[in-house]
Amino acid sequence: MSLDQPEPTFVGGTVGKSVAKPDNLEKVQGRAEYIADLYRPGMLHGAILASPHPHARIRGYDLTEAMQAPGVVAIVTGDDVGEGRMGAFIKDEHAIAKGKVLYVGEPVAAVAARTEEEARHACRLIKVDYEELPPVLSPEDGLAEDAPILHEHLADYIKVFDAGSEGNLCSRTELSEGDVDAAWAECDVIVEDEYTTQAQAHVSMEPCGALADVDATGRVTLWSANQSVFRVQANVCESLGLPMSKLRSLTPRVGAGFGNKMEPHIQPITVALAMKAKRPVKLILTREEDFEMVRARHPYRVRMKTGAKSDGTLVARECEVLVDCGAFADDSPGVLGYSLLMCGGPYRIPNMKATGRLVYTNKLRFGAFRGFGNPQVLFAGEQQIDQIGEKLGLDPFAIRRKNMLGEGDQWFVGPRIGSNGLGQCLDAVERASRGPRADGARRNFGLSVTAHISGLLGTGAIVRMLEDGTISLNTGATDIGQGSDTVLAQICAEELKLPFDQVAVASPDTDGSPYNWGTTASRVTYTTGRAVKAAAKKVVDQAMDHAAEMLECDVEDLELREGGRIGRRGSNTDVTFAQISGRAHWAVGGPLVGSETLVFDEPTHDPKRAIALGLPFPRIGVFSFAALGVDVDVDDTSGQVTVHEAWSAADVGRAINPRLVEVQLHGGFVQGLGYSLYEEMVWDGARLANPSLMDYKVPTARDVPDAIHTFIIEDPDPTGPFGAKGAGEIGLNAAPGAIANAVANATGARHAQLPLTGERVLAGMLNSAKART
Amino acid sequence: MMAKKVLHSLTLNGEEVEVASVAGATLLETLREDLRVLSSKRGCNQGVCGACTVLLDGKPVRACLTLTARCEGHAVQTMEGMNGDHVMATLQRHMVESGGVQCGFCTGGVLISARELLESDPSPSRETVKTALSGNICRCTGYRTIVDAVCGAAEELSQ
Ligand code: FES
Ligand code: FES
Repeated sequence: MSLDQPEPTFVGGTVGKSVAKPDNLEKVQGRAEYIADLYRPGMLHGAILASPHPHARIRGYDLTEAMQAPGVVAIVTGDDVGEGRMGAFIKDEHAIAKGKVLYVGEPVAAVAARTEEEARHACRLIKVDYEELPPVLSPEDGLAEDAPILHEHLADYIKVFDAGSEGNLCSRTELSEGDVDAAWAECDVIVEDEYTTQAQAHVSMEPCGALADVDATGRVTLWSANQSVFRVQANVCESLGLPMSKLRSLTPRVGAGFGNKMEPHIQPITVALAMKAKRPVKLILTREEDFEMVRARHPYRVRMKTGAKSDGTLVARECEVLVDCGAFADDSPGVLGYSLLMCGGPYRIPNMKATGRLVYTNKLRFGAFRGFGNPQVLFAGEQQIDQIGEKLGLDPFAIRRKNMLGEGDQWFVGPRIGSNGLGQCLDAVERASRGPRADGARRNFGLSVTAHISGLLGTGAIVRMLEDGTISLNTGATDIGQGSDTVLAQICAEELKLPFDQVAVASPDTDGSPYNWGTTASRVTYTTGRAVKAAAKKVVDQAMDHAAEMLECDVEDLELREGGRIGRRGSNTDVTFAQISGRAHWAVGGPLVGSETLVFDEPTHDPKRAIALGLPFPRIGVFSFAALGVDVDVDDTSGQVTVHEAWSAADVGRAINPRLVEVQLHGGFVQGLGYSLYEEMVWDGARLANPSLMDYKVPTARDVPDAIHTFIIEDPDPTGPFGAKGAGEIGLNAAPGAIANAVANATGARHAQLPLTGERVLAGMLNSAKART
Repeated sequence: MMAKKVLHSLTLNGEEVEVASVAGATLLETLREDLRVLSSKRGCNQGVCGACTVLLDGKPVRACLTLTARCEGHAVQTMEGMNGDHVMATLQRHMVESGGVQCGFCTGGVLISARELLESDPSPSRETVKTALSGNICRCTGYRTIVDAVCGAAEELSQ
């Protein structure tokens, strides 16, 4: 800003305004830099050799021919990495296959060469001597008496919670309260079924990639597509045996994540290559590799039973899940625990029992994916709520209103509910979806509700006032496109009463940013937002102290005024942030810095009311709520389901940026629609049969209803920054339950298997027609 | 031995360029690896996602499916060369404001397809917009705000 420009004026608060994300500009101009767009002097390109076998011992490698191939500088195999193992919950994973391969597509060797083409060519010349072992291809097979064992040293692995691991059982969780077995006798209606859900691929439009460089002292700098520079640092250092101070982790723009980029992908391999080649190495996966190598949403088998009294009061629910873990634990124990915690839905059910087993199989790891185990159990649970309503003559809204949890209630096993706008969400959907379609046709309506948690784990913020009174905000939270940089800057600006554009947001950097567990679990707005607000408040307090000295009055007589001024109440005299910060920098006290770190500290489990075994989150809480209504058409001859219209209402406490919340609801719903109707990773034996966008269909513009109505409900959370709670996952969770309920209304047939393909829906229609005749 | 490079001349964003690419290189490889023109993205390399979309003689093509040899003597335009274009500028402004940009990886391709649509049909219906964009996958937005942006830009341009 040149000196003769007028000082910017502040026009009201920025929280609650749909400020456009500043990064949109570089993105529409094609100037945003993603990992593949970064180059370093002398940089090599990496490529990976993937395992052709689902389960095999590696007897040795012959690299002779590959080393002589044109352009090759270095090759890394399991022999180059130590014994270190990484993992968020169970440390079971080497940087690259070592001793054994555990799935088709697992990285076995990697090459650094002058060009990507040369690196790929050399990969094909590597010879690996395998001793094939029988594979485990399903959780059921994995639990069989004589099953081949994937992790022979499972007992010795470091585990961060009581996992109960044994054989191929990666972990187990058991939660209960009340007395389920006795409660069935009190029930007038009981519904029970077994459900299966499929693997879904994240398909972030940007495939995973990384670029590593090693400096003269051996210290590593690593850029990568990620959801947490800190998890990248931890995983690389654990698996390669590096002290964390020897690795700096950074992020360029990220082409979305949805959970796929939360835990490691190929960062450890890229670092190993750069260390061996002693040159910068960039490794970018192809789309096919991104499908086969990284991670996906867990397939679930869910047995669920729900009972109610004749007036519709829910009495008991039992839920038992069997979860395919894939080859490595990754985030799976968390997903299992979370899905069981959420399996009762947002209802008051006095007697609940939830048990689950997570089983290693010879497939790619399953892991975090938007929803984190919630959509799978909701698909079962929300259909059962409708079925009970049908039996008792209660409409879907009525039975949900009758049983929903309220403010101050305790969630299953213990967490207390702060704010709860679920009733308002139901009202909004009911009001808007009532009545026939514009053309008078009957609606085939389906409803589902959901809740999701956004308070967990550690985070921090540093707010610095620059010499001219503008602000630098540093949180270490990666913005993966959803707009957290914008939202956090809005929170910061609001607290300081500054215009939004006077807050610059630093890019995450493990050297300079405070710790942030990650952009995941709908947590950044709530958890990191709290730290930002508190850190900004500290800067305001420091500025107040300066102002009191400068204006020679008591702090109590001062007020913070819009636009970066502090003045004496009842007078026009004031001092600007620029004057204060100049004084602090050059004369008195030192530059103004406010910092805050926190770990979410509300206990998850209340031992007075419930039993919990193997729940890997000791402290999580703060619930967002949502209701989703859909209206579908089913084609009589093909069974194909079309979603005609959707109403998505979410209680996010306070929408810091309403437009960004809406887009989360749109995007989440459409990803959930694909999951509900057709997205499915299919295995042909041990090999993924559809690892490409030609064979794995994701929704296009033509496949989604134009009428996706969103309703933002604001029931402020007392602990949230300006009342805000999370919004990232809540829009997806309810899709399968709502769509399945709508299909049942349209066809008379219930479905226990996702996705609801035309073939399955048609078969259901034929069966229910037969049942009627 | 290193794969043989072939010299090509083409017009890139209005300028004559000579570029040596390996035989059989796609336009996407040539743009990114040989010319460091990076707005065109590799989302699938199979012609499905649309993230690599550029203009060849004014028509949208998938850079990942177009051989560089095919561009010999022809005009290629990428987003870098379109920032002065009035229709594009209007589309960009609406995308920025509507919330049609999330991670941004699909955005360049979406905008180039949308510009092509508005050249041929200045007042498209929402359905027409959706059909025109059906070759550009966006995993973030759910498309609603993108369609809003294109319709908003069309309306503004037709006034
Ligand atoms: S990269 Fe060309 S269409 Fe996907
Ligand atoms: S904005 Fe992320 S893919 Fe479209």
